[in-house]
Amino acid sequence: MEPYAREELLACCIARLIGDARHVAIGAASPIPATGVFLSNFLHQKPLRISLLHKRSGNPFTEGSRELFDLAGQGRIDLFFLGGAQIDGEANINLVQAEGKRFPGSFGSAFMYFAAGRTILFREEHSKRVLVPRVEFISAPGWSPPGVERRGGPQALLTGKALFLWQKDQRRFRLESVHPGNTLDDIVKSTGFGFDHQAAANTTAAPSAGELVLLRSLVAKEISANYPEFAARVWL
Amino acid sequence: MSGLPSNEVVFFKNSEAIAAEIPDGAFLGLPPDYSMPAMAVVHALIRRDAKHLKLLGVPVLGLSADLLIGAGCVAEVESSAVSLGEAGLAPRFTEAVEKNLLKIKDATCPAIHSGLQATEKGVPFMPLRGVLGSDLLKFRNEWRVIDNPLRRNDPILIVAAIQPDVALFHARWADEAGNVWIGRRKELATIAHAARRCFVTCEEIRPGDMLEDELLAPGVLSSVYVSGVAQARRGAWPLSVAGVYGIDDAHLTLYAKAAKTGEGFRRYLEEYVWNRTPEKNSSPAASRA
Repeated sequence: MEPYAREELLACCIARLIGDARHVAIGAASPIPATGVFLSNFLHQKPLRISLLHKRSGNPFTEGSRELFDLAGQGRIDLFFLGGAQIDGEANINLVQAEGKRFPGSFGSAFMYFAAGRTILFREEHSKRVLVPRVEFISAPGWSPPGVERRGGPQALLTGKALFLWQKDQRRFRLESVHPGNTLDDIVKSTGFGFDHQAAANTTAAPSAGELVLLRSLVAKEISANYPEFAARVWL
Repeated sequence: MSGLPSNEVVFFKNSEAIAAEIPDGAFLGLPPDYSMPAMAVVHALIRRDAKHLKLLGVPVLGLSADLLIGAGCVAEVESSAVSLGEAGLAPRFTEAVEKNLLKIKDATCPAIHSGLQATEKGVPFMPLRGVLGSDLLKFRNEWRVIDNPLRRNDPILIVAAIQPDVALFHARWADEAGNVWIGRRKELATIAHAARRCFVTCEEIRPGDMLEDELLAPGVLSSVYVSGVAQARRGAWPLSVAGVYGIDDAHLTLYAKAAKTGEGFRRYLEEYVWNRTPEKNSSPAASRA
């Protein structure tokens, strides 16, 4: 099997989660999600609309940065990505402060997590520092009580070690697969919250030869235009 | 309302003259790094040792805020985030918050847009979906949850109108009539509409009136909102002006490294801010545009 970069594996995981979304928006500093979305687009050759908030040339937003939120508010964004300095087992995310450290801030999360059709949580670091029993600050809640209008919520949590799917009714993550090189035991030990899992965990499928060809050609070209440092690090 | 600009745009000599118009303590609305901050004026504010500024990020902030914070010009920041994007955390902001040297009012992007839109319309608040259950609400007295009066048992957030004292940004063109071409960067119009005064630097001052040109007019901020303009070539550097010059990624990386320590930040200011005049600020940085 051809060697691949960790970023390429994660992008493939994201591509496999896109499903029937027709319009995907990508916010600040998200090169791996953007890579996965472009890969999905080239793989399936279906007309996926991809709106990169920070696209440097040909940016799709002509009404200023509020347009992303207005689109989402109307239900025109099917899929969005969020991260977190901390993420907990109820899918709450914290982008503000943790363990005395300050992080950039909540960005549009407190709105987008509600308004986008679904959200993929993405954080490369998989540790008890990041995946905590309870976030110190809720930038955006993972679920809302009945009576609070909310279109969407979490679909999955992807980390550098594993993929979890969100179970809306149980309000709990279920381990879907463990990335090559890690074991179920590693995941249990490095996750600060409880989650459901099978007795023997699935292994995340490695990128296929076809996926790698696309990643290193058409996708790399798209990504280097907007995330030059990331593209240089992964593909040069 | 009094004290709002009408249509008497003042043409200033340079960025220093604009910095002199922004008083200490001003509530200053700034665009994000991707939407043309007036970096030459930011440098001039540092050189004039501005104090106690309150920054409003529309809706987020980056290099401009980090420089002002590091230089001791800022008392308070209201923003949805402060970061250097791909270059990482904003180091002076991060340290100032961790050391409790800076008051921070955390927001979320559409709440800032909506607050400014309320001011644009002259209404006291705007409703916004989402946000309920976020801890942001605990720290914002001017955000309230009400029951939707048109459909009971439907809690919804309202955010108070936001009125900056000053809007400050850079643009590609202004014209002799005092209009400013902002193109697709409409958040600049939102800040300008909502602010009491608006100062703009531009790459070039065009003869005539852009409102006479059907192709340019849709991207024009009318002079009714503009208090003052000054030319500043490469006035957004090291950030970009779409179609004119690209973001200087290498410089942002250099800054992110330098500003990790107070000493490194001081050396950065020495080289790129204190010893630079508006004329010299047309940096030799490579342009990708």
